[in-house]
Amino acid sequence: MGVGETSRDRIARRAAAELKDGMVVNLGIGIPTLVADFIPNGIEVVFHAENGILGAGPSPAPGEEDGFLCNAGGYPVTIVEGASYCDSAIAFAMIRRGCVDMTVLGALEVSEQGDLANWIVPGKRAAGIGGAMELAQKAKKVVAIMNHVNKDGAPKIKKRCELPLTAPACVDLIITDMAVMEVTADGLLLQEIMLPHTLEEVVRCTEASLKLPEEIIYIP
Amino acid sequence: MNKQRSLEEALDWITDGCTLMYGGFGGIGTPPTIIEGILDKGVRDLTLIGNDTGFPWIGIGRLVTEGRVRKVITSHIGSNPNAGRMMEDGRMEIIFYPQGTLAEKIRAGGVGLGGILVDVGMGTTIAEGKETVVIEGRTFLVEPALTADVAIVHASKADPYGNLVYDKSGRNFNPLVAMAGERTIAEADEIVPIGSLDPELIVTPGIFVNAVIAGKGVNWQWVWEKRAATESQGGPPRS
Repeated sequence: MGVGETSRDRIARRAAAELKDGMVVNLGIGIPTLVADFIPNGIEVVFHAENGILGAGPSPAPGEEDGFLCNAGGYPVTIVEGASYCDSAIAFAMIRRGCVDMTVLGALEVSEQGDLANWIVPGKRAAGIGGAMELAQKAKKVVAIMNHVNKDGAPKIKKRCELPLTAPACVDLIITDMAVMEVTADGLLLQEIMLPHTLEEVVRCTEASLKLPEEIIYIP
Repeated sequence: MNKQRSLEEALDWITDGCTLMYGGFGGIGTPPTIIEGILDKGVRDLTLIGNDTGFPWIGIGRLVTEGRVRKVITSHIGSNPNAGRMMEDGRMEIIFYPQGTLAEKIRAGGVGLGGILVDVGMGTTIAEGKETVVIEGRTFLVEPALTADVAIVHASKADPYGNLVYDKSGRNFNPLVAMAGERTIAEADEIVPIGSLDPELIVTPGIFVNAVIAGKGVNWQWVWEKRAATESQGGPPRS
């Protein structure tokens, strides 16, 4: 972890390393939005926002905001050259049709089958679904980012999700403050560990079973 | 041909208990002058259909906050805590759909279809109890179309026939709800003479629009505008 780098930034930076040149990418609301700050040099991606922007750009300078040009979180953005606007049906056509190459979504729970739960906790006030189900089910690559355990220290990466699902078997990669895990046909493959966390700690904090690779990469 | 109306004339269609569709995403693209008019007129017991419930003092959220709404068909209420509270209290019924499914249900209503077939949400609780059909081996949910008594939209420009162009990301649900209202009221920031909009660039053809009213501009503070006490809630309306 760089000096002063928060675990949120660290997760976002690792997620940004999944970006490939030319990808169309949709970032969920919250920490996923930070991924845009860590785009690797030499990589150009097109940001899709489900409120009808293909080609969203960085935040405007203070005083330059436009009340009619905002991202899906309701905050001002800019557009890049070649951008287009569309209505919400077309914005979701792009997702449903499989034109979005990658999405980064926050998660409450992920199972070892790649099931994602991120929209409702029974008994708590639901904010609603938004575009999460389309993105989770239809984006070509789904990166789930989350804290490895909840505030009570209980695992959020489980054998089976207890919370209602956003979409079954949709997650391809899980990035947490402790580790990076790939969802494979026969379970979760632990690939990387974020130092100073240890293998023993990651295994203890994960309810799902983890397959180990020949070599684990430790991220400083 | 001239569909220009006063706000008062257009509001005649919006009555207690009616079903109201609205454009807007977090308030962006929701017609502020019509919302103000609905509040002033005192309309109650509305059923709303639209993407989200805005913020407490922004967009459609103002109708929710003022207790004018009985039911909402929407995809998200997270930015308006008042909507969440009223749902918990049982004062307001909320039905959630995935955002893209909601958009297509409205579009289907607008284009004269009975509904849509969609596989988003299969394997989740939102599919429970819903009719399904199998087409070429794939299972789809049957989602009926949505229409409304009145649809309200915001346009940057309208001509007197009701041809509309929108304003950047303010477009969102507007072109969809514009087609799905039994009557559609368009609020435009600028009303331009017939013939001055480029026919190649008109987004909503005027055939779908019943009334064009002159907008008075956004009368709320956006959440990102500088504000002291009510951070993230949206401030009360600007006087």
